[in-house]
Amino acid sequence: MRLLRIQRLTKRFGGLLALDRVSFDVERGKIVSLIGPNGAGKTTLFNCVTGVVRPETGSIRFGPESGETLEGCAPHQIAQFGIARTFQNIRLFSNLSVLENVLVGTYVRTKSGLLEALLPWGSGAHQEERWALDRCSRLLEQLDLISFANRLASALSYGQQRRLELARALASAPELVLLDEPAAGLTFQERQELMEFLQELKKQGLTILLIEHDMKVVMPISDWVVVLDYGAKIAEGPPKAVREDPRVIEAYLGSRSNG
Amino acid sequence: MKKTAIFLLLFLIPFLDPNSYHIEILATAALYALLALGLNIIVGFAGLLHLGYAAFFAIGAYTYALLNLRLGCPFWLGLPLGMGVAGVGGVLLGLPAVRVRGDYLAIVTLGFGEIVRIVVTNLEPWTGGPNGLLGIAHPVLGGFNFGVDSRPYYWLLLVLVGGIAWVCARLRRSRIGLAWAALREDELAARTLGINGTRLKLLALGLGGGIAGLAGAVFAAKQGTITPDSFDFILSVMILAMVILGGLGSVRGVILGAVVLSVLPELLQGFSTYRMLLFGIGMIGLMRLRPQGLLGISQIRRELQRAAS
Repeated sequence: MRLLRIQRLTKRFGGLLALDRVSFDVERGKIVSLIGPNGAGKTTLFNCVTGVVRPETGSIRFGPESGETLEGCAPHQIAQFGIARTFQNIRLFSNLSVLENVLVGTYVRTKSGLLEALLPWGSGAHQEERWALDRCSRLLEQLDLISFANRLASALSYGQQRRLELARALASAPELVLLDEPAAGLTFQERQELMEFLQELKKQGLTILLIEHDMKVVMPISDWVVVLDYGAKIAEGPPKAVREDPRVIEAYLGSRSNG
Repeated sequence: MKKTAIFLLLFLIPFLDPNSYHIEILATAALYALLALGLNIIVGFAGLLHLGYAAFFAIGAYTYALLNLRLGCPFWLGLPLGMGVAGVGGVLLGLPAVRVRGDYLAIVTLGFGEIVRIVVTNLEPWTGGPNGLLGIAHPVLGGFNFGVDSRPYYWLLLVLVGGIAWVCARLRRSRIGLAWAALREDELAARTLGINGTRLKLLALGLGGGIAGLAGAVFAAKQGTITPDSFDFILSVMILAMVILGGLGSVRGVILGAVVLSVLPELLQGFSTYRMLLFGIGMIGLMRLRPQGLLGISQIRRELQRAAS
């Protein structure tokens, strides 16, 4: 079943064509990888899907049947539909604790407002708070961060910060999670753990769209691979087929004539 | 327990120290503390640098003054109305302002602060122009007129500071407080996590503005007379200095900041002409030694330790 459909998505930055009529589908419960050389438009595509930048033309639909229209929506609305993301250059709330960072992730799944903040007794605020704390502690445990729960996020190591960003995205209980180079800068050991964790998430029914440069990560875990080059889709298919596609090899290694 | 004890002690001060000059200084400090608590919601919690906060203080003061002079509205009705009008003012002036960020927001809010002051100065048929409004009624509680004695105002302000401080402390630990902190730290990341940045910023401006309006109504009732120059840019800067000096985001900190900055100039009276020079040097020194403010980071650290145990 289709969860995300991107059709003829185009984005320009001045004279640069960052995305050129890109179309592809993401099936529910699959891990789809978006690969391509630097500057191919991968992060721009993520930014379009999450409402951070507005595409010029094209459509993004989320959900079954025709689904929700995402283009033109604000980032917070898109988050409410059930899409969460991480960033290539980690964007944590550095002066908040590790636990608080993850708690912010539960914002879309909780609703207590001003009155509940002042009169928590009797209202659902207490229950809600307990639910959020439970959920966050569980996520921190799964990602091996629970012993750092009360440290400031900025005090974590690089690999831990990447995991914390992932925990924060998952705390919003998304249907689709977009991960922008989650393995960048990780040690070999951390990479293995990340791959196992992503597969575990897939088993739980989560759909993952992933930007990744490391083929050792992409190939074993992806169900489908989409290749971008200069803003345009040049290939898509199962990992094995994509790896042998001559256009992909050319985009990555350069053609023989100019090499 | 400790908080109640401190509160009671502060409540009893007028009985222990009959010097009316001292009580007047304390009442002024409490008024500043109220203003600092309100601005702290905007600058400390939501991270919006606001340089025109005195405008909301003015709106609250003029709202009560006009309602009282034109319609004979009593203080206890004027107080919530002043708060409400200033809160709505905070949201309305915020609508165009929250579209810009950082330095630009500071400039826009500075402009709004000046606009309000200039409008009040020039709307002579209503506000009395530069001469201001005279003969605003003092509060009356159960037949007792507050009059010109500082003590009842001090007690009233103490109750208001206590109540608002409680509200602020609650808010900061709530879901909304966390969302404000997230917006302040990284707005883009916060928005992609489902936080409606515009709405939450307007909420902060509305609440902060409302608290200034509350202070304004008390101020108008206490003085009996208000003029536009009570609400100038220097006041906005002074309140901001109290918030930053006390420790951005810390409820106890900004109260302490307000008390220190309003009492210190009085303590330095003996140095006559050098008073403000010493005051300035003291502020520079503090910012060099403790850039996080009097109760800045150390308080955060203590809270985290408490959460861990």
